[in-house]
Amino acid sequence: MDTTGQSNLDAIRDIRKIMERSSRFISLSGWSGIGAGLCAIIGAIVANRTMQQYYDADRNACFQCLVADLVLIASAVFVAALIVAFLFTYLKSRKDGVAIWGTAARRLLWNTMLPMVAGGIIIWKMLDLGYYELIVSSALVFYGLALVNGSKYTMGEVRYLGYAEIATGVISLFVISRGLYVWAFGFGVLHIVYGISMWWKYDRKTDQ
Amino acid sequence: MKNPIQHLNKIFDSRVRLGIMSALVVNPSVNFNELKELIEVTDGNLASHLKTLEENGYVKVEKGFIGRKTNTTYKITKAGEKAFKNHLDALEKMIRSIS
Repeated sequence: MDTTGQSNLDAIRDIRKIMERSSRFISLSGWSGIGAGLCAIIGAIVANRTMQQYYDADRNACFQCLVADLVLIASAVFVAALIVAFLFTYLKSRKDGVAIWGTAARRLLWNTMLPMVAGGIIIWKMLDLGYYELIVSSALVFYGLALVNGSKYTMGEVRYLGYAEIATGVISLFVISRGLYVWAFGFGVLHIVYGISMWWKYDRKTDQ
Repeated sequence: MKNPIQHLNKIFDSRVRLGIMSALVVNPSVNFNELKELIEVTDGNLASHLKTLEENGYVKVEKGFIGRKTNTTYKITKAGEKAFKNHLDALEKMIRSIS
């Protein structure tokens, strides 16, 4: 190819790169997914043990205390997962030399937080009213919707994780007694699978 | 046959100006520092290219404040969008004619 052809191709490559980088938050690290997934699985193991203890105890054990404990575990896992996910993404953005806080990050945050906050309020009300059976599926479905909504502003693959979370949430409606396992699958296994595949696709070369 | 090069916009010959237009066409507005980071140029270089685009009516400037710090944001104009699209079409035609 002659030199003008080459320079035109370079121009198009530049245009594409800048369009992508300016509209999407692309520093999301595969390790963030893996880390968040591991937090969720550890949380599920702790929650499982707490529930075992409750059911092994005598019939007068305090049910409200169990609920409070589980909410505490879930909140701790949420915060831990958020910190871990943020940390790896921060490290990646430092390595790539892109600012973590820009228009793209702001849009991503807004578009994922909106469904999450709405879902959070609904779940909080469910706890209040004692509709415990629906909490697992609500959490998964709202989280999945948040991911699908946010995927336009970050790596497109996040959309598929979102679909998987929504599907898991819907399926969980039909296996309510196995809620904790579905929870561990949705927030743990799916994140880890997603994280590994993203790491394989984007981070593998730079990490080595 | 018509020479496709004549449709290539001279103003977009520069890598920096092409970069500025690429960023503005997909975002409602972008501020100076974000542009600087995206395109990886010095302040002076970016400012002079922005000036050229502004003078040609392809971008408009809005000066504002965040707290006490000045925050200059840039937006693409209708004319800018059209010029950029024509430039992309011309690039596409040229590449087609070669391959």
